[in-house]
Amino acid sequence: MSHDAAHTADHHDHDDHRPSLWDWKRWVYSTNHKDIGTMYLIFAIIAGLIGGALSGLIRWELAEPGVGVLTSLPWIADVDAAKHYYNSIVTYHGLIMIFFMVMPAMIGGFGNWFVPIMIGAPDMAFPRMNNISFWLLPASFALAVISMIVPGNGDYPGFGGGWTLYAPLSTSATHHSGPSMDLLILSLHIAGASSILGAVNFITTIFNMRAPGMTMHRMPLFAWSVLVTAWLLVLSLPVLAGALTMLLTDRNFGTQFFQAAGGGDPVMYQHLFWFFGHPEVYILILPGFGMISHIVSTFSRKPIFGYLGMAYAMVAIGVIGFVVWAHHMYTVGMGLDLEAYFIAATMVIAVPTGIKIFSWIATMWGGSIDFKVPMLWAIGFIFLFTVGGVTGVVLANSGVDTALHDTYYVVAHFHYVLSLGAVFAIFAGFYYWIPKMSGYRYNGFLGGLHFWVMFVGVNIIFFPQHFLGLQGMPRRYIDYPEAFSYWNHISSIGYAITAVGVLIFLITVVEMFIVRRKAGANPWGEGATTLEWTLSSPPPFHQFNELPVIKPDTHH
Amino acid sequence: MSAPQQPNAKRMARTAAIVVGVVVGMTGMAFAAVPLYDAFCKMTGYGGTTQEASVAPDQVLERRIEVRFDANVAPGLPVEFTPSQISQSLRIGETGLAFYTVHNTSDQPIVARATYNVTPHMAGPYFAKLECFCFQDKVLAPGETAELPVVYFVDPEIVADADTNEINTLTLSYTFFRSTDAAAALAPAG
Repeated sequence: MSHDAAHTADHHDHDDHRPSLWDWKRWVYSTNHKDIGTMYLIFAIIAGLIGGALSGLIRWELAEPGVGVLTSLPWIADVDAAKHYYNSIVTYHGLIMIFFMVMPAMIGGFGNWFVPIMIGAPDMAFPRMNNISFWLLPASFALAVISMIVPGNGDYPGFGGGWTLYAPLSTSATHHSGPSMDLLILSLHIAGASSILGAVNFITTIFNMRAPGMTMHRMPLFAWSVLVTAWLLVLSLPVLAGALTMLLTDRNFGTQFFQAAGGGDPVMYQHLFWFFGHPEVYILILPGFGMISHIVSTFSRKPIFGYLGMAYAMVAIGVIGFVVWAHHMYTVGMGLDLEAYFIAATMVIAVPTGIKIFSWIATMWGGSIDFKVPMLWAIGFIFLFTVGGVTGVVLANSGVDTALHDTYYVVAHFHYVLSLGAVFAIFAGFYYWIPKMSGYRYNGFLGGLHFWVMFVGVNIIFFPQHFLGLQGMPRRYIDYPEAFSYWNHISSIGYAITAVGVLIFLITVVEMFIVRRKAGANPWGEGATTLEWTLSSPPPFHQFNELPVIKPDTHH
Repeated sequence: MSAPQQPNAKRMARTAAIVVGVVVGMTGMAFAAVPLYDAFCKMTGYGGTTQEASVAPDQVLERRIEVRFDANVAPGLPVEFTPSQISQSLRIGETGLAFYTVHNTSDQPIVARATYNVTPHMAGPYFAKLECFCFQDKVLAPGETAELPVVYFVDPEIVADADTNEINTLTLSYTFFRSTDAAAALAPAG
């Protein structure tokens, strides 16, 4: 975008009525998109640490064959209890990472911070609704945590049926009669309401509050990605809410939506769930696509290759994402024609995704590449996401999936695209924008060290899981035969390395706030062309009192 | 804060209203999916849903097909449930009569209902029942043993469908569940 850099200075001077950091009303009553974005990011980091600790228990238990780690905890009496705890840990690890880490970080955090700035708007369309969107989330998270410790299955606490909450595990009195599942349903209802309100806000903001000259086709790709994501949320989350409501009434009010005995069908739950669940995985990754585009362009000092193709590839991914859901359920026994359709539709998604990958590579091609920390994460993202994408095409084949369904191959696949893809995108965005958000530069050596330790660690965790899956190791079991012990042990070592990486991340952040190197308005130089780099770092509390005017240009 | 050029509030409200409309619509669709899915299964035989028929077909083919019988009981239901014959071989289009035996092993009355399907699932649309114990709740007195009949036929159309014409064996499967409106069925009238 070309724009006037001159307006930066003046509104910084007179309109920066930034309240004190220690004024609790600033945060609790906040209607400021940047403060709300900051709260989302802090929330996501905390939730991520909790979710990451849960996965640590999983890898610790699986480091050696036999059940030993969980039973050594004082409140876990025997192996049967440990089995339930294990499944419950797996369930909450998934739910926390999806609903309380990735979604708040990408959409709530970076989306709130940078969508209004990138489109030249002073704030979100409905600032007070933005406040509710955020504050529903800690409430929802609290319910999820309570759900983890109240009785779920008999006296055993927590829900152990997996993040998909499949009926009849989630409805039957013999499996999970306790209040745990009810609290979890309520928690997800509230998280869903939070996301839907946020999505309404983003769509209204992007459609109505773009600065003069900021046409849709000049809008930065991150804003495009959040727009597509918001539509996916609006279209898919109500279906999850519906399915969860049916679970709730099946459990408590005697309805029979999913009870075979009463004429219901548990497979219908799977259809409803995955009609939400598949778009959900694109919700988790699309904002990452947007961030990676900016980072690759900035550090290659070139405008993004194929801007329009990139924008519409995301739209295409969003649209196709709604018609492929049954590839999660090949094993329920569909007709062959239906399977053939879902295979074909699923593979079609590789086309717009390929457009994105190749356009990122084409952006780097011939560019003056600067391997700063965000660029390392972005290139790491492209590599890891592509690995996960390739195994996704493998799993799209129903014949292959019949063998690999619910094995560690699937676990490896979705962790490559989400745990490594989405999380690497989040770290890329974090290292790209933290100088803008905080006003300080971090130590580049620490940031780079964080990248390399994490990159090695996560690959050691998840690459061997492909082998385990191909050898037939099923997921969601606390134990495994001796034959699987070698790669499980390696995988657990990878977890330890990754944990060191997370520690380096925390040190990097703390060091940054202690040393306080001033970042300046644009620490990345001429490659960084979007509007946020025309503002001071941190940006004024209220930006764009004079709306920037965007002129036609080739930069995006 | 000095207000910057306010975007048109009416336009924003309209956008928000449309998006909220989409949310409400999708929620409605989620619940509409329940009857639609049911109708879809019955109509297409999806997932091996069998058909109900009131008249036997007027055409009987020379080709024979084997029908095997399978019986299951949901965990926790104190009944024994077995097919009285392992399989029957009959001509396609011919009406068959098979029996299942169910025995209440407890000292409590039980109201149970059987769910059913056929495998291969593709054959669902072509397997029709004229009469079946599975159409209603079954009340079993303590210790009672009952013979349960199924009257069925395999629709001759099965040979016209490329997906199903090579099928020579079908399995009809039932699973007994405790009926969920047991209280109503055990009321004095029943």
